[in-house]
Amino acid sequence: MTTPTAEPYTVVIGLEVHVQLQTRTKLFCGCPTRFGAPPNTQVCPTCLGLPGSLPVMNREAFHLAVRAALALNCRIAPFTKWDRKNYFYPDLPKGYQISQFDLPFSSDGWLEVTDPKGAFSRKVGIIRVHLEEDAGKSMHDEAAGTADTRIDLNRAGTPLCEIVTQPDLRSPQEARAWLNELKLLLVYLGVSDCNMQEGSLRVDANVNLHIPQPDGRVAKTPIVEIKNMNSFRSVERALIYEAARQYGEWQTTGAELGRTPKQTRGWDDPAGVTRAQRHKEESSDYRYFPEPDLVPVTVDEAQLTAARGMMGEPPAVLRTTLADRWKISAYDADVLVNQGRELVAYYEDLAARVGEGKVASNWLQQDVLRTLNERGETIDAFPIRPDALADLIGRVQRGDFDTSRGREIFAEVLAGGRSVAEVVAALGIAAVGEDDLLALCRELIAENPKIVADVKGGKEQAAAGLIGQAKKKNPNVNPGQVRQTCLELIRGM
Amino acid sequence: MQPAELSAVELVTAIRQGDLSATQCTEAFLDRIARLDGSLNAFLHVDRAGALATAAAIDARRRDGKPLGPLAGLPVAVKDALCTRDLPTTCASRMLAGFRPPYDADTVARLRAADAVIVGKTNMDEFAMGGSNENSAFGPVKNPWDLARAPGGSSGGSAACVAADMAPVAIGSDTGGSIRQPAGLCGITGLKPTYGRVSRRGLVAFASSLDQIGPMARSAADCALVLEAIAGHDPGDSTSLAAEVPRYTELLEQPLTGLRIGRVRDHYAEGLDPEVRKGVDEAFAVFEAAGATVHDVDLPHAKYGVATYYLIAPCEASSNLARYDGAHYGHRAKLEGGRRSGSESREFDSPLVEMYCRSRGEGFGPEVKRRIMLGTYALSAGYYDAYYAKALKVRRLIRQDYLDAFQKVDLIGGPVSATPAFKLGEKTGDPLAMYLVDLYTVATNLAGVGGISFPCGFTRGGLPVGFQLQGPALAEPLLLRAADRFQRLTDWHTRRPKQIA
Repeated sequence: MTTPTAEPYTVVIGLEVHVQLQTRTKLFCGCPTRFGAPPNTQVCPTCLGLPGSLPVMNREAFHLAVRAALALNCRIAPFTKWDRKNYFYPDLPKGYQISQFDLPFSSDGWLEVTDPKGAFSRKVGIIRVHLEEDAGKSMHDEAAGTADTRIDLNRAGTPLCEIVTQPDLRSPQEARAWLNELKLLLVYLGVSDCNMQEGSLRVDANVNLHIPQPDGRVAKTPIVEIKNMNSFRSVERALIYEAARQYGEWQTTGAELGRTPKQTRGWDDPAGVTRAQRHKEESSDYRYFPEPDLVPVTVDEAQLTAARGMMGEPPAVLRTTLADRWKISAYDADVLVNQGRELVAYYEDLAARVGEGKVASNWLQQDVLRTLNERGETIDAFPIRPDALADLIGRVQRGDFDTSRGREIFAEVLAGGRSVAEVVAALGIAAVGEDDLLALCRELIAENPKIVADVKGGKEQAAAGLIGQAKKKNPNVNPGQVRQTCLELIRGM
Repeated sequence: MQPAELSAVELVTAIRQGDLSATQCTEAFLDRIARLDGSLNAFLHVDRAGALATAAAIDARRRDGKPLGPLAGLPVAVKDALCTRDLPTTCASRMLAGFRPPYDADTVARLRAADAVIVGKTNMDEFAMGGSNENSAFGPVKNPWDLARAPGGSSGGSAACVAADMAPVAIGSDTGGSIRQPAGLCGITGLKPTYGRVSRRGLVAFASSLDQIGPMARSAADCALVLEAIAGHDPGDSTSLAAEVPRYTELLEQPLTGLRIGRVRDHYAEGLDPEVRKGVDEAFAVFEAAGATVHDVDLPHAKYGVATYYLIAPCEASSNLARYDGAHYGHRAKLEGGRRSGSESREFDSPLVEMYCRSRGEGFGPEVKRRIMLGTYALSAGYYDAYYAKALKVRRLIRQDYLDAFQKVDLIGGPVSATPAFKLGEKTGDPLAMYLVDLYTVATNLAGVGGISFPCGFTRGGLPVGFQLQGPALAEPLLLRAADRFQRLTDWHTRRPKQIA
């Protein structure tokens, strides 16, 4: 199913995603991978590329990569090797990057994304997933006027997974949604934190247009690779811009695929445009050849079984499981699962204590998530733990007080670091006993002859007028109980 | 007691027993270096102060009754291709002039742990590329047997310093014959172990899949002593072998009765110097007298060895040497006036590319540049399959030849090189002639097996002739035992060059 568009063309998109693996140390040496350390403090002879230094593969990185590839439904090669990708750049201290060329450790997978509102559902093929080392960072100091470049090699040698998709995406919106799903999956797997600001996830997009012609032929525009997009929103915006730009160019020049070489364009986020990059940056011959300093890696069934055991439920499965187990809608399950594994764990704890999945989901979505969003916090740091929230919800369910009163208590607990019971006690909120309720209702009836007359005359809704007054006399009364008791008393009169 | 006249085994014993102090021993060799190296140029750096400090510390420990390592007090010269912490490591290249690594090569660390005394770094062909030592940026080494001749290469400094008794043992590296060929031309014993037997960590890479570190000494027994100290698995080198290290020194006694030695028919082809042939034939006779039998074997693909080697080695070298770009360490060209503009910069795409080109242009010598260009070309799109991929296929065939041959024989014997030491300058104008000096040695590296070379005679002109034995993977005990037995039956290895005595 495609998003119906007004445009007279189909957008064809494939993505190349680089994901930094969450290992403690680098891919080929023991240096830490912590982000934000002072420049060139997490380096050693190997990641500095000093003469005589040698790489040794980090097994943990390989395990994480296999876990990711399995979750992406890839075939894992029983035999895989490393290759050198040769090019000169100052942030690449060896003059080559250790990567994988013709025998990647995994290939032929897919990841499906479904729009929860049903706008689209897309199964995107994955051509390959391979492991490689990251380069360092160049910081160009143009401002100083000397055009000096400073190099930080802390990042050099950090393990990266490169994920290459088939050109299966058909709109910028789909691309963004698919990236969200990919990120969610990888975070669920514990494979990467996918933090784009810190460079843990980087995306390049290949895009062109298929334009049906009156004669039945389909004109295809030249493929453009877009780089420098640093958020999923940028990816979507860049693709929207690029599709329109390609259509305009095609209308002017009629240029089609195959007649011009693949072009690389950079996304200029503030300007909202893509710009052509220098041609020479695209036409490198990397002279790949097998890395003689490393031995090939073999993967057996036992290792795959172990990796599968570490996967847990992926988001797509978890959505169904959650909806079935707690009798919540697919939409609710989607919202919860998209918040991440920690929130789902919180939810399941809460739902089990509350006993009603829908009620737990409502509180979580309306109250907890709103608070987290306002505070910019994650569920781990949320001060009201599931047992406390279940306590509060339980009091509402039992009728100690109504939901709006419950929300006031929620806010108090959140503000003061007191328990639910303490807040309830401090506010003088105590369950109103049978006798007190009866006495209060009798008082109300005595004071409101007009309402009593109306009710007797068949207008039961007039009883609502009593509830406001009841709340003034005792804020703890349950409005439902007040209404029920008053109606019974009036009928008995 | 003249330390220079003792073998490494005798020196270690004398020092352990207190007949000789480590300081006396070290001083004796340092003095010879000071006296002789002016005419030989075998050393690029002599660490007199460091060596004497190490020796003094060993003597102090011995006085205090503390345990000493198996090489305690033994002076060792190390090829300048191995990283030595805080000592210059240049690979005889202008590119690395003044470079001091922050770490020791695994071999150097093992030598230090065994209480060896590192006396200095030896001259070599630049980045180990060459067979005559004439490619050193710091001048050629002279052959101690004839100062007008080359010592061979690339470990020419290591070979010459042992031949001239400036060190009892030296460390070399062998990518296509760089230990065995100079050992042969200088009349000493040199062992290239099985690929992976000695860790490559800290050996400045030339061709990673071929490089191997090994000992060079005056006898096989001395090589055994050093190999025992430097061999072994290194978790820091993924290609190093996990196999346990035998006690090589204790495996020399067994006689050679029943040993089958192969003689490669192709080794007797055109180009083999008659005097070398005579020495080799006599060596086979010595082995037969010792109880071995000699059998003709074929290595049908060995004739493609040099061609294969000169594709694989330059391909790997072109990548291994990419790191010397002037950006992080080593030689960086001084660009005049910083950023250029207008017509001046037209030759280069950017100041960065200009810095790369000028730094590498100035830092590397002609042979290194030639091999980087060869390798870059052979790995390029459109040529890879015809050159590099095909070379890998031939390499597999050569390896198979060896496996087949070692079904029939235990070791393969023959010449190390076709001629004795040649004159300095004789081959420098003809790179192809120079590449043929590796004719009998490259296949060993391509097959990843071990080989040892040792003197088996002298020419009428007084130049040493070398004999080579090659063995199956991890056959170092047998190689050392056979060479040691030969040396018990002959005295070629005890001869000393008169010119420098």
